[in-house]
Amino acid sequence: MRKVYLYARFQRFWHWMQAIIIFALLFTGLEVHGLFKLMGYETAFNIHNFFAWGLMGFILLAFFWYITTGDFRQYLTEGNLLEKIMMQVRYYMVGIFMNEPHPFKKNEISRLNPLQRITYLMLTLVGLPLQIIFGFAYYYFNELVALGMNPGWLEPIALIHTLLAYMLIGFVIMHVYMTTTGHTLTSNIKAMITGWEEVDD
Amino acid sequence: MKKLLFSGICLLLAAIYAFPQTLPAKTFHLQMDSLMISTADHTKFKVLQQEFKNGPEVTKACLTCHTEASKQLHRTKHWTWDVPMKDGKRLGKKHVVNNFCISVEGNEPRCTSCHIGYNWKDKSFDFKSELNVDCLVCHDMTGTYKKLPAGAGHPAYEVTVFEKKTFPKVDLSFVAQHVGHPDRHNCGICHFEGGGADAVKHGDLDNSLLKPGKSLDVHMAVGKNELNMTCTDCHKTEGHQVPGSRYEPQARDVHGFDYPLPDDYPTTCSSCHGLKPHKQNKKLDDHIDKVACQTCHIPAIAKERPTKMWWDWSKAGKFDRSGKEITRKDVSGNPVYVTKKGEFRWAENIEPEYRWFNGEMNYITFLTKIDDKSVVAINHPDGYSGDTLSRIWPFKVHRGLQPYDPVHKRFVKPKLFGPKGSGAYWSDFNWGIAIQKGMEYAGMEYSGKYGFVETEMYWPISHMVSPKEDALGCVECHARDGRLKNLSGFYLPGRDTNPIVEITGLLVIVGSLFGVMAHAIMRYLANKKSLSGGAA
Repeated sequence: MRKVYLYARFQRFWHWMQAIIIFALLFTGLEVHGLFKLMGYETAFNIHNFFAWGLMGFILLAFFWYITTGDFRQYLTEGNLLEKIMMQVRYYMVGIFMNEPHPFKKNEISRLNPLQRITYLMLTLVGLPLQIIFGFAYYYFNELVALGMNPGWLEPIALIHTLLAYMLIGFVIMHVYMTTTGHTLTSNIKAMITGWEEVDD
Repeated sequence: MKKLLFSGICLLLAAIYAFPQTLPAKTFHLQMDSLMISTADHTKFKVLQQEFKNGPEVTKACLTCHTEASKQLHRTKHWTWDVPMKDGKRLGKKHVVNNFCISVEGNEPRCTSCHIGYNWKDKSFDFKSELNVDCLVCHDMTGTYKKLPAGAGHPAYEVTVFEKKTFPKVDLSFVAQHVGHPDRHNCGICHFEGGGADAVKHGDLDNSLLKPGKSLDVHMAVGKNELNMTCTDCHKTEGHQVPGSRYEPQARDVHGFDYPLPDDYPTTCSSCHGLKPHKQNKKLDDHIDKVACQTCHIPAIAKERPTKMWWDWSKAGKFDRSGKEITRKDVSGNPVYVTKKGEFRWAENIEPEYRWFNGEMNYITFLTKIDDKSVVAINHPDGYSGDTLSRIWPFKVHRGLQPYDPVHKRFVKPKLFGPKGSGAYWSDFNWGIAIQKGMEYAGMEYSGKYGFVETEMYWPISHMVSPKEDALGCVECHARDGRLKNLSGFYLPGRDTNPIVEITGLLVIVGSLFGVMAHAIMRYLANKKSLSGGAA
């Protein structure tokens, strides 16, 4: 057993800010969608739009950080990616119940397993940007219509935005659960707070 | 002497130095009196200092100076009660059907108590008569001039009792000497009491607007620091043509700020407030293309006085055991049953109904063939969500049952008002005869059969604008069961959902929850087994 420094200060800051923002967006978004009445539509709407800017700001900041620090290499893999992903999937479906060791060891150079790499990459490069684009199209609907967008697109934009939000909730649930699959139940979360994680030698 | 003069000058200089010369406030603030408004004092006109026997005599005196006034008034809707439409229909009070007292024709002396003239008793009324124009009803500043309810437009020249109400003799000379620019009580005498009594008809116009507080009407509120606006501040009138029409209303103003020279309809909200009026929450401006200002800023109608919502003529004609007419009232004193008129329902401070509206009010006339199998819309607003002209507007919808001809499928004009033996329903209580008489008089075909059909009539709401803090909040409409739950054809955030999206979302969320729970339980069990296995 040894301790490795996995998450830099910026990464931890970014992660938790992102978490707060996404929670706030999901919560207020569901109220705006009419699923419950808690803080009032107008308040929910205003908070939602405020955090939307936050989410976009932090994503751009993260892109900047990953590019300038070169840390984006964490997301690159060598060899057959699909095969490696399947190995990780097999671990979660079978190996974890047999007390098998994790198929990929964490270290300073490689802190993400292949499944994490592809998931986070898709989330940051595709999922969240799509949600942001649809959200902004929703908010700036009148301006876009003035620029020539078909006004009938309001409904599809709103529906896609809603659907992506539901999928994001699914991600959050699984993501939070997955944090318990580390060396101990809380070792992953501790690592995201302190930066240090205990890993097998 | 010299010394005295010197010390005097010294004193004066000292005074000037000590008290810098300021002009009194009066110099800057012009006195707000009659001189600010008019160049004429009507009490000084010899021609008005006489005993007038009747209204037309007053008009004759007015015309000595305002020589063309009557000719100008002859061109107004207030005089003709006739509005020719582009599609060939004739609208205007003279022609239209309504579901209150149904028709003017045949009932003139009663209805024409709201005509700006004298003597419109029947069809023979001379619309070219200059003396029959009633100047006083709009220009009386004394508040003592009232037309008799059934006087064909005349006020009480002698003390008159009508339906247990006493109308004192009007002092025409006094009224004629105190005339001025129409104030709210002048317009209100007819428009606040349309339908026969206060607040009956419109839902947004009643006598509470004579002295409203700010919460009732932010523009018309009276008192210090209030706006004190009156009817003609928006219905800016030129040459007696008062702008504003229920036949050709304007559902949206695309020109925006143009006060004090508004377009040819009454000053709209945008004429003063512009097309981007919301300063704090810009998102509200995004609503303007689809939602009329009135929709959010008039959250309730009949705010202080109940308005009539239902009038069922078919229930009329019941008498008590002693054969007397019945009048039943509810706890607040509103009649709910009157033998002459049937059954009523009232409502106070209620949500209006909302419809897409592009400015086209489709009116049915007495010549229109109606579909008696469903509720007949006497008028209904045109418009739909995808139309660039249409916006969501508030309406008072007055509903009820009224007589019609089931053979010709047309509305009928019953004779309601008249003396006993004339066949008038309010004296003889026989629908068959009353309709026969009314239709004969109108020269219209009648099969001899009558029935009652349910109708609805739409009254667009534009008055009683609330202060901004009382305007509707988002959730009033952006909710599953909000105010717009019945308006279809468009996606309304917070109200609308797509079943596929919702079910997919539910599956994703519930699926992942169950998935992780099942996974956790299996991990727990596997862990326990391996531990106990290791021990053994």
